[in-house]
Amino acid sequence: MLSAEEKAAVTTLFGKVKVDEVGGEALGRLLVVYPWTQRFFESFGDLSTADAVFGNPKVKAHGKKVLDSFCEGLKQLDDLKGAFASLSELHCDKLHVDPENFKLLGNVLVVVLARRFGSEFTPELQANFQKVVTGVANALAHRYH
Amino acid sequence: MSLTRAERTIIVSMWSKISTQTDVIGTETLERLFSCYPQAKTYFPHFDLHTGSAQLRAHGSKVVAAVGDAVKSIDNVASALSKLSELHAYVLRVDPVNFKFLSHCLLVTLASHFPADFTADAHAAWDKFLSIVSGVLTEKYR
Repeated sequence: MLSAEEKAAVTTLFGKVKVDEVGGEALGRLLVVYPWTQRFFESFGDLSTADAVFGNPKVKAHGKKVLDSFCEGLKQLDDLKGAFASLSELHCDKLHVDPENFKLLGNVLVVVLARRFGSEFTPELQANFQKVVTGVANALAHRYH
Repeated sequence: MSLTRAERTIIVSMWSKISTQTDVIGTETLERLFSCYPQAKTYFPHFDLHTGSAQLRAHGSKVVAAVGDAVKSIDNVASALSKLSELHAYVLRVDPVNFKFLSHCLLVTLASHFPADFTADAHAAWDKFLSIVSGVLTEKYR
């Protein structure tokens, strides 16, 4: 999927990411830009406006959880399907999440990285990240049945 | 799907900043498109797509200018882009998936250049607007 150099570039940039903030921002934007994704978070309370979403502590907490998981995946870029096997089963069997949502979140994450890193987030770096988010999305969908 | 008044306001106001940099925004959007989605290059076998290419810059400007035309007629995008819609349907016949790729790359470019303006509400408004534009450009396909 990625050459050694490309993996290094991805890992370097991601090393600068404020995991606490980026996860919450990505999940928050998903819920605002694609409001139908709120269907999975009925227990989160008020998600009716962008302010409500970004002020919601459950969104921040869950966003961090999701990004922590993504970070773990980055350490195993050679075997994403293995790395996300049990999470894949969870999302299918217990959470019943349409894998289309993994693609949406992946692209939102790319937008968040662009916003935070500006010109440092070059087209080449974006291309590498697109491969990673696609790989993660496919890995999370892999055990669906 | 149609834009709310708030969404229209956001788009028109961001456009005033974008319109001063159509070259830069357009070129970068296409560079991102061709880097991330190499299949899009199949529509440009006749172009030099290397960084710095004059063709890339010219075409990028053209694309962003067309988005601008849609912004200026935000209440009636279909009429503003009617000719472009016919061009894409009968001549260019670009597979519709590529409009999603291009829209995403434009959003990434906007986020990168306007971090403070590209709030979640702005992100939502632009994603929706570009989705409408893409719909108009493909509505005569069949």
